[in-house]
Amino acid sequence: MAELSGQALTLLRGDRCLFQGLEFALKSGELLTVEGPNGSGKTTMLRAIAGLIDPDEGMVRWNNTNVKHIRQAFHANLVWMAHRPGFKGDLTLIENLRFESGLRTMTMSVAEHQLVRLGVATLTDIPFRALSAGQQRRVALARLILADAPLWLMDEPFTNLDAAGQDLVIEVLQEHLRDGGMCVMATHRRFELDAPAHRIRLP
Amino acid sequence: MSDRDPKLPGLLDGLVSVIRRDVYLAWRRPGDVLNPLFFFAIVSTLFPLAVGPDADQLALNGPGVLWVAALLAALLSLNSLFLNDYEDGTLEQLLLSPQPLPLLALAKAIAHWLVSGLPLVLVSPLVAMSFQMPARSTAVMMLTLTLGTVSLSLLGSIAAGLTVGLNRGNALLSLLVLPLAMPVLIFGARTVSLAAAGDVTSAGVYFLGAYCMLTLTLAPFATAAALRISNE
Amino acid sequence: MWTFLHKLSSPPHFYDLAAKMIPWFAAASLLLIGYGTVAGLFFAPPDYQQKDAFRIIYVHVPAAYLSMMAYVVMAVSAGIGLIWRMKLAHAVAAGAAPVGAWFTFLALATGSIWGRPMWGTWWEWGDPRLTSELILLFLYFGYMALRAAIDDTARADRASAVLALVGAVNVPIIHFSVEWWSSLHQGPTLVRAGGPAIEPVMLWPLLAMILGFMLLFAALLLGRVRTEVLFRERRSRWVRKLVYPEEPA
Repeated sequence: MAELSGQALTLLRGDRCLFQGLEFALKSGELLTVEGPNGSGKTTMLRAIAGLIDPDEGMVRWNNTNVKHIRQAFHANLVWMAHRPGFKGDLTLIENLRFESGLRTMTMSVAEHQLVRLGVATLTDIPFRALSAGQQRRVALARLILADAPLWLMDEPFTNLDAAGQDLVIEVLQEHLRDGGMCVMATHRRFELDAPAHRIRLP
Repeated sequence: MSDRDPKLPGLLDGLVSVIRRDVYLAWRRPGDVLNPLFFFAIVSTLFPLAVGPDADQLALNGPGVLWVAALLAALLSLNSLFLNDYEDGTLEQLLLSPQPLPLLALAKAIAHWLVSGLPLVLVSPLVAMSFQMPARSTAVMMLTLTLGTVSLSLLGSIAAGLTVGLNRGNALLSLLVLPLAMPVLIFGARTVSLAAAGDVTSAGVYFLGAYCMLTLTLAPFATAAALRISNE
Repeated sequence: MWTFLHKLSSPPHFYDLAAKMIPWFAAASLLLIGYGTVAGLFFAPPDYQQKDAFRIIYVHVPAAYLSMMAYVVMAVSAGIGLIWRMKLAHAVAAGAAPVGAWFTFLALATGSIWGRPMWGTWWEWGDPRLTSELILLFLYFGYMALRAAIDDTARADRASAVLALVGAVNVPIIHFSVEWWSSLHQGPTLVRAGGPAIEPVMLWPLLAMILGFMLLFAALLLGRVRTEVLFRERRSRWVRKLVYPEEPA
């Protein structure tokens, strides 16, 4: 049973206070959505949870330990999906995913099956930059699925995806949560999920 | 799926993965390798054109010019060290990977050297020949250039980490690296001159070796700190 | 003692304390520099080799010492700011840089002027000290350029702190390299195994000038840091009270 929690999180950006005294607790199988209009700091909060930004006050805890003290172990337990795909345009998608397995644990044995399911199996031999934005998103989803990490951090995962793609995201997420994973998602799309869900709304 | 320490790829896997990827990407885009090399060759050609073809003078000043050209060529390719990764989001992924960031920074610097420094070292004898530099200085020249370009890749990675994503970061990068690179230039160029004159060169070689060790051990940590700061 | 230090690191307290300290530093510095200048110009006898030209060491040597001391102050406070996340430490580093750069420039200019009658040229590359000072000036420029290039103050603080620390490690290496590269300078005049190589009547004004410059640096630094603090804390309540004292709380 894993737990991600945040206490008294405060973040200032220049002169703006993005959020103050934020608290949350997330357990295995649960989803936390961070909602708010554009520019409200959703991405920044996600980055603070990931450890890319140090909060001005408060802390993020993984299994009751401050993530600042267990940075590498924490990273081993999370996967990040952001606006930019995070893959090299000159490499094929298979080469890109194979590279990931040098950095983190990836279950490559199911890669073929997952790529078929995500609808990108026929695109394995062309450079990544030749894929459309939607297809690139699906490959990013593949990274999430193949990585052996309980915590998914997703920043606006529905962008650039058609209706089928968006349904895929929900389906994949549902599976992940059912398997005991957890997810923090920044989004302004409402959707139904069969799992305990928390919500934080940023002003 | 609960919290457990998955069987992670080891440190060597991480190091090799990043080096292999960067070298492979440079292979796909030969311009990245060839541009600094051409620059090195062209600048080395400018020298005799500007100063005159007198063989003795060329041989005398050859080591210095060669070294300055190598320094500038190394600088040329530093700006893109992290820029592409920053723009396509792969840098962020590296920052969030389970591998220690200094290790990945070291890998990037080594890959940078393999792609820009090593070709320079291999081409240097040709340039030295064109400057009428005596053959006895060739071995020392290649050794000092190797140690020097490795140090430059490492030093440069710190500055590249600090300036990634800034406007006009390129000029700023040069301003930051050049003063720090002066010891390498001084010892490198003068040692080759000493070798050409047949003098003892151990002092310079030892210094460059020691400096290379220093940068190898310390620069990755500074680069990692710089990358974290630049990605906040 | 700890409460004093803790109070010192709080911007409003520092602002007030610095205001009180500056006049003392300035006055003491003025006295020492005044004595040093007069004694150096009029009371010290002419050097048997350089005649009166040597007198410029009364400005050149203190300026050179301070240029390096300022870098140390800058690097140490930047390090403290980076490791312990003290905002005031970053302000000190930011304030020290331009002052240090000016001292470096002064050292270079006076070094060049001093060199003219001795070497016959305005600049002598063979002098390792002067060349090291020039590289130090470039290090200062790099630091200030990096700060200026980054808009976000916090990021600028931390990035330039890394640079300052990397530079600090390299400064001794640079000095050593340049020394090895040539040797023309007349060698250290003050710190030598057998004691200072110059006579006491020439030495005292020099020491007074060095101390005076140190105090001048302190006064200038405190002034700059006050301004930095004011700018960084411009939205806070205590600054508002300073600017608009009649405003109701």
